[in-house]
Amino acid sequence: MIRFEPRTNPGPILVYGVPVFAAIFAILLAAIPLALAGAPIMDAYGLMITGAFGSVFSTSEMLTRATPLILTGLAAAIAFRAKLWNIGAEGQLYMGAMAAVVVGTGVIDGPSWVMIPAIMIAGALAGALMLIGPTLLKTRMGVDEVVTTLLLNFIVLLFVQMMLEGALKDPMSMGWPQSEPIIDSAILPPLLERMRVHLGLIIALVAASGLAVFVKRTVWGFEIRAVGENAAAAKFSGISVTKTMILVAALSGGLAGLAGVSEVAGTRGYLATDLSPGYGYAGIVVAMLARLSPVGVIISALFVASVFVGADSMSRAIGVSSYLADLIVAMSLLCVLIGGFLTRFKVRFDRKKTAG
Amino acid sequence: MEIIDILLAASFWEAAIRIATPLIFGVLGALVCERAGVLNLGIEGIFTAGAMAGWMAVWLGAGLWGGVLVAALAGGFFGLIHAILTVPLGLSQHVSGIGVTLLATSLSYFTYRTALPDVSSPPRIIPFQPLDIPILSDLPFIGQALFSQTAMTMLALVLVFVTGWVLYRTPLGLAIRAVGDNPSSVEAQGLSVYGLRIGAVVVGSAMMALGGAFLTMSAFDAFFFGMINGRGWVCIALTVFASWRPGKALIGALLFGAFDAFQVRLQTEVGAYFPSQVFLMMPYILSIIALIVVARKADYPKALLVPWFKGQR
Amino acid sequence: MSSAAHSSHKSSPELLLQLAGITKKFGPLIANDAIDLTVHKGEIVALLGENGAGKTTLMNILFGHYVADEGTVTVTNRDGSLELLEPGAPQAALDAGIGMVHQHFTLAENLSGLDNIVLGTEPIFRLRRDRTAARTKLADLMSGSGLNVDLDQPVHKLTVGEKQRVEILKALYRDARLLVLDEPTAVLTPQEADSLFVILRQLAATGLSVIIIAHKLAEVLAVSHRIAVLRGGKKVGEMQTSDADHRSIAELMVGREVPVSRRTERVPGAPVLRLSDVTIDRGDARRSLHGVSLTACEGEILGIAGVSGNGQAALAQLLAGLDKPDSGTVEIFEAIVTKFDAHKFARNGIARIPEDRHHDGMVGSMSVAENIAIEDVRSKDYQKFGFLDFAAIRKRAEQAIKDYDVRCPGPDAPARLLSGGNIQKLILARVLEKSPKLILANQPSRGLDVGAQSEVHRRLLEARQNGAAVILISEDLDELLTISDQIVVIHAGHVSKAIPTDAIDRSELGLMMAGQTKTDTPQAQTSNTIHPGETP
Repeated sequence: MIRFEPRTNPGPILVYGVPVFAAIFAILLAAIPLALAGAPIMDAYGLMITGAFGSVFSTSEMLTRATPLILTGLAAAIAFRAKLWNIGAEGQLYMGAMAAVVVGTGVIDGPSWVMIPAIMIAGALAGALMLIGPTLLKTRMGVDEVVTTLLLNFIVLLFVQMMLEGALKDPMSMGWPQSEPIIDSAILPPLLERMRVHLGLIIALVAASGLAVFVKRTVWGFEIRAVGENAAAAKFSGISVTKTMILVAALSGGLAGLAGVSEVAGTRGYLATDLSPGYGYAGIVVAMLARLSPVGVIISALFVASVFVGADSMSRAIGVSSYLADLIVAMSLLCVLIGGFLTRFKVRFDRKKTAG
Repeated sequence: MEIIDILLAASFWEAAIRIATPLIFGVLGALVCERAGVLNLGIEGIFTAGAMAGWMAVWLGAGLWGGVLVAALAGGFFGLIHAILTVPLGLSQHVSGIGVTLLATSLSYFTYRTALPDVSSPPRIIPFQPLDIPILSDLPFIGQALFSQTAMTMLALVLVFVTGWVLYRTPLGLAIRAVGDNPSSVEAQGLSVYGLRIGAVVVGSAMMALGGAFLTMSAFDAFFFGMINGRGWVCIALTVFASWRPGKALIGALLFGAFDAFQVRLQTEVGAYFPSQVFLMMPYILSIIALIVVARKADYPKALLVPWFKGQR
Repeated sequence: MSSAAHSSHKSSPELLLQLAGITKKFGPLIANDAIDLTVHKGEIVALLGENGAGKTTLMNILFGHYVADEGTVTVTNRDGSLELLEPGAPQAALDAGIGMVHQHFTLAENLSGLDNIVLGTEPIFRLRRDRTAARTKLADLMSGSGLNVDLDQPVHKLTVGEKQRVEILKALYRDARLLVLDEPTAVLTPQEADSLFVILRQLAATGLSVIIIAHKLAEVLAVSHRIAVLRGGKKVGEMQTSDADHRSIAELMVGREVPVSRRTERVPGAPVLRLSDVTIDRGDARRSLHGVSLTACEGEILGIAGVSGNGQAALAQLLAGLDKPDSGTVEIFEAIVTKFDAHKFARNGIARIPEDRHHDGMVGSMSVAENIAIEDVRSKDYQKFGFLDFAAIRKRAEQAIKDYDVRCPGPDAPARLLSGGNIQKLILARVLEKSPKLILANQPSRGLDVGAQSEVHRRLLEARQNGAAVILISEDLDELLTISDQIVVIHAGHVSKAIPTDAIDRSELGLMMAGQTKTDTPQAQTSNTIHPGETP
């Protein structure tokens, strides 16, 4: 008979180690699909590693991919902390990108220190509003936010498509549905010459540190933690659950919106419907791997980005489908879930006791 | 008036029922899981897995019903993962569900890509054909709308009846309804909470997978990336709308199917005035509206989302 | 095969159940220590003991929810043979004819009484349910036992007393030979409890055995044939009820002199809280108030007596600042309250002790210090420009832990590690430190052992001495009679006139709690005589 015994004091090795072990275990599990695909396993792993870290270029690529993942990871982390199941980061990202395009393609002009904050604010605001709607529906009317945020993703994507074929279409794009380019003064400049990694990375790192301080050391962070853990007790003690949830929605949506700004104004330069290969959903895995810790999100975003970039590179080299990356990421989510369980419970095998 | 013409056409209702079929499977599956107290957000991924696994089984020679069986097994497999994580381990049903969706989707895509690496257009199979039932298929209107559907649609309708029967007229169904209301009531009567919940999730997931299989083996004849396109999530919304009752699930799915069929036809009538995306958005918007409308009165199974541990009083 | 006959029992000496040497440990805590217990056919045995004495654990072992570390349970089968009961299997207990009615009912609320009773009694893969046969059997059981209840109503619509009857019928339907009732009278008025005892005696006369777990002496003496007393996990005494007397049992139960808190004389001061004709209508009769008027003054404890589910929840929500009246006025500190806001109440001299300390009183994963400061994090004492002052929070916690003897690993330990009594002390520390002028104490000593209960009373009396007004909502009549200055009775959302505790009679209180009032009050006169178990 299997029995679970609660651990009273899981040591730091266990708590911080679990995500690491989960990630490693998921990568090792990938050997199975690799083998079934007939690929040389060790070569495949080798190619993934060199693909992500093998050169300055590949590391820069990896960091470029990590940038939006940090932001969507933070978005998921703060929302899940408050038990607000924001699965709509993908839609919020696109709305943020669209807002950046509306503001940053020539409607207004100014020096960089005006334009960049302007598109950031516009993007964050757009993302925030996208999530505040479903959150109000949840607090006022008890409508489950999982489904509403999910469905909104599809609606937003269609909306963006519509706008790119219509109002926002770039007349000079030779028929492709994409927006006009972001003006030079609003572009997030690259951090290294001729590399793609850009200012967005710094913004993401600052956001992560800011969120860490916010959650741990401020009154609002306290209230968010209380509401997430036990909303009834928080309410009883005088904390306004509704106001807290709205704050969380604004932060979470805003961070996802910033991810959109970062991609459109830093990585791509214009908006198209394939701006995000699922950063919103991957952000959920990033957050869970980080155990919802803002600083941890940085590390897990780097991990997930490495997996994607490495798998892409390996895929080009030996022809294994790059969906292997999605598979590894999905498995690491489930592994970290189980690992989290093992942190809180010891597994005991008992013989069925016959008393006396 | 054009709208009435559309609504009175047998072909319209034929399309409506066809579009509704995957939703019927999905909502039945979701409501079985939720009645037992487990929210299964793996549905989108399970749809994908059912679509891919069923299609590939047929493509590899298993025959259409063999494909249906394989799809159900695939669904049951992913359902089992979700069940183990959420029932005995008591982990977050939301996160586990999202994880299963990601896993099932990525595994399906990877498997498909690995098996068929260099295809420019997806290979096709011979799908289920419209039925030709003597007498019934020749009836006016209903002959075309209902009795010329494929076997899988008929299976969906039969499943509505079976699910309803089991839930309300058998001891098993009573136990499932009880375990989603108050697991302690079930334990006190000597039944296994874990067994009932895990069983319900596995069976529900198998039904969900059939919804995906319908798309690749009946509605269409090939597997495309992104073909599920949110249908799983729509089912989750429709489950609330259906108050977790199979009869209402059928009605909800049909209404939705009718709406979707309508918007396609509306596009051909007035499509010049609105971008196509407006029409495509409408099903999702409708789902959200449906959720809002019923939210106030929604009679959620009391123990939904609440993990239960042996020995807790 | 006959077993040893105990000639002490008049009607039937036949042994039904024998627990021998049952021991159960939870870590260092010894919940049951080598307990022996026998039950005969047709006998009502009362298992008496304070909270935490081990009664419920013992019964959970009997019923298979827990597995004993040592000891055996032997059951006499219907054919007379003895059999060891398989441990850890509720199904085995059910098959042996043991039925248990838990203190917290195990009913599926959205299903009917019939469904709940029949659940699990038919082979699970059968293709149809047989409701007709079930109804017939239940009709016989109901008429035979006197337990009448509407079987087709969804359970959530039944009163607490009716739900209990469903639970008992559940056991009888399964041909229980032994019925175990865990604190059955906790949720009943004295009159309802009497009806239950009549039914139990009748059932015992037909051969059903009963184990009744209780901690109230008077009731136990009224219904049982034999009494067993548990204390600290051990069985410390056993006797025929006819040989028992209050004092000796009480000493066995408690084991040591516990100072009984007594009120000292105090003249009440100005009114602190005044409700005038307050109505809250939430649809559900149990969560509503109708034209309630009451007054609580400085230096006074006002007890609100009543069986759970008569509007206490609405009153508590109102006074906690979590709800507002539909009509009528609430005056606090002689000013009419316009904004009902929990935060405002907590910050302005109103202390609130919640009924469910785990659900509403603490956030388990946050530290003890954070839980103590939770109502005050926004005040200038603990934050500056939004940044928390951890040093100040810690300092307050350390002081509170010392003053209120909160047993915990330290101020930074997560609060979920604390026992029930210590959580209550934490909550008291949180609210009483601020010298509140109005205290809402909602079932403050529920689930606590004698020592912890005494401590709670001491603190409340101390606050009263310091001039606070205390509203004490409690189901525990002893508690109310010990520390309240005045008592009002709440029934079906109506509140009686306040009666000084010294002038009150226990049975009269019971009648008022059941809605059959003798006292002349405007509210009471409008309600007709209501039978126990019904709501208007």
